[in-house]
Amino acid sequence: MRTAWFVALALIAAVAAAPASAQVSDGVVKIGVMNDQSGTYADISGQGSVVAARMAVEDSGITKKGTKVEVIFADHLNKPDVGSQIARQWYDAEKVDVIVDVPTSSVALAINQITRDKGKAFLVSGAAASDLTGKACSPNTIHWTYDTWALANGTGSAVVKTGGDTWFFLTADYAFGHALERDTEAVVLKSGGKVLGKVRHPFPTSDFSSFLLQAQASKAKIIGLANAGADTINAIKQGAEFGIVRGGQQFAGLLVFISDVHALSLERAQGLVLTEAFYWDLNDRTRAWSKRFAAQHHGAMPTMVQAGVYSAVLHYLKAVDALKSDDGTKVIAKMKEMPTDDALFGKGTVRADGRKIHPMYLFEVKKPSESKGAWDYYKVRATIPAEQAFRPLDQGECPLAKK
Amino acid sequence: MATAVEAQLGTAAAAQPAPRHQVVAFLVMVAVLVAAPFFVYPVFLMKALCFALFACAFNVLIGYVGLLSFGHAAFLGSAGYASAHAAKVWGVTPELAILFGTAVAGALGVVVGALAIRSRGIYFANITLAFAQMIYFFSLQAKFTGGEDGIQSVPRGMLLGVLDLRHTYAMYFTVLVVFLLGFLVVYRAIHSPFGQVLKAIRENEPRAVSLGYRAEQYKLIAFVLSATLAGLAGATKALVFQLASLTDVHWTMSGEVVLMTLLGGLGTVFGPVVGAFVVIGLENYLAQLGAWLTIVQGAIFVVCVLTFRRGLVGELGRLLRKPL
Repeated sequence: MRTAWFVALALIAAVAAAPASAQVSDGVVKIGVMNDQSGTYADISGQGSVVAARMAVEDSGITKKGTKVEVIFADHLNKPDVGSQIARQWYDAEKVDVIVDVPTSSVALAINQITRDKGKAFLVSGAAASDLTGKACSPNTIHWTYDTWALANGTGSAVVKTGGDTWFFLTADYAFGHALERDTEAVVLKSGGKVLGKVRHPFPTSDFSSFLLQAQASKAKIIGLANAGADTINAIKQGAEFGIVRGGQQFAGLLVFISDVHALSLERAQGLVLTEAFYWDLNDRTRAWSKRFAAQHHGAMPTMVQAGVYSAVLHYLKAVDALKSDDGTKVIAKMKEMPTDDALFGKGTVRADGRKIHPMYLFEVKKPSESKGAWDYYKVRATIPAEQAFRPLDQGECPLAKK
Repeated sequence: MATAVEAQLGTAAAAQPAPRHQVVAFLVMVAVLVAAPFFVYPVFLMKALCFALFACAFNVLIGYVGLLSFGHAAFLGSAGYASAHAAKVWGVTPELAILFGTAVAGALGVVVGALAIRSRGIYFANITLAFAQMIYFFSLQAKFTGGEDGIQSVPRGMLLGVLDLRHTYAMYFTVLVVFLLGFLVVYRAIHSPFGQVLKAIRENEPRAVSLGYRAEQYKLIAFVLSATLAGLAGATKALVFQLASLTDVHWTMSGEVVLMTLLGGLGTVFGPVVGAFVVIGLENYLAQLGAWLTIVQGAIFVVCVLTFRRGLVGELGRLLRKPL
């Protein structure tokens, strides 16, 4: 017993004598890319986002002016506790100045709060939750690429305007699915479309046959998929087996990315309509950038999330360069002040509530016969102009917008 | 015969105070944990401590009653939701939020336990999994849990009205005290005559029944104890991270606690603590590996299962010839 006490006391004494560990990182802008590197969202964000962030650092030219920039990354495993712990560690111990990307709403909302408490900067590209610029908006966060409102609105209104005026919803039976369905339905009705029916499927589901039969029997022109990830992919795959597209109906994906289309193959995904903020084959500048990106990322073309990371980091570094400071709150304020301009999203702005504004596009997936080669997947069906693409400032319940 | 002799020996040992090497090991653990936040990032330690308590609670069932519960995430997660809701919406103090979360998990443990302990083996695992999935889907749908966004920005508040938990070290030592209390409760329970009966039931249930013990009641009490302590871990974790989310009620969490306990050593006192630190440490320090993380984790588990089946602490105990 006495030896044990002695050991314990000696340890405590040793601790008391040791200084707290600290690192000095002044003069280095440290960018932390946090996303899913191994799970469901690894393809839409993952290492590609890290490549995009590094390209942004290179293209900003800020390192030539003497500012050191470092890019680090980590996998949050889509778990909010893992993400929130990494974020705290990055801010407290590793002197990270800005966290970018972060798919998965629960993780993004947690980091949104931590970033605000610590006065750092948070640039969201991967997460979809429109609350990030609504009830949960923060002077330290900018939501860059897309959100659920923009997807529901883009797909809902643009599809109706281009002829898809009767809808049937296939909805994942949980809060996220319900919200997506509710928002899209409102837009469809407002644009003059009709909703012929809807069916709720459990989350997650592997067998969609009975739901697809109901959708087929409804004779609606558009089957709206108010679900995400594996559910969407399964529904589209099984829909191809049921001959839904051949029968003249079309799927509208409310949360589908180009990497999902790549995984599905054109054979199965043809005719699918979806909304995205970016496509590599939009114009010469996007093509040139995407070729550079693909060369560094195993030949895979960028998703809109990865493109958003590039654009956000580039604008962030411009603001840092203008301010000569990496203070989170000040840089975000500066980013809202300066107009954005880059090769991928063109000219745009950042609103008071932290919403980045740019056009969105309604795409239709090509038939295999129309595609000229690898990654030639989309044709533009409609462009949603920047001023209509996102939720109006006064409807988001964001306290920052009221000033 | 051998089992009966062991059981009798066990009873004899229980009458004596805790063996000296365990006291030493406990004091070393306390000393390391008191010193650790000054060297290692405290939030990581708090998380590891919450999981260590969770694994200790789980170990009561699998290590000492021989029941493999595959639904312990339900208790961790529902306590997290309850304590987060109490702290955020009702605005209660942190100690009450933790107690409320723990009580919810305990009550849930009574209901689930009363039904589940009637079966054993794979059937027991399945029934607990089924209940856990019910809790998961409830959490996914219910309004107050916030669906997959979870309950966010939970205030940590002032402990007992004096200690501001927003300070990292105040929070850390609160978590440490909670963990040590839970650990000592487990230690006391499994080294009491009650614990000896549990071991007897594990070794040979019909014989324990024939000796006059009501095996079902003992099993239920052990189940409720395990659920309550798992709830204590979950309720504390919700305050540490200021959030409660679906991760903690998902079935993978039930699997993770099995891995922690196996890796550390089934039925050892310190095994689950070591296992939890190893698993959470891997998750934390290998996060930089990206996609390789799961592969490295998997390889480590394969090596563990193939080469030291008693777990890290179990093997160490065997080398030292002393149960740890």
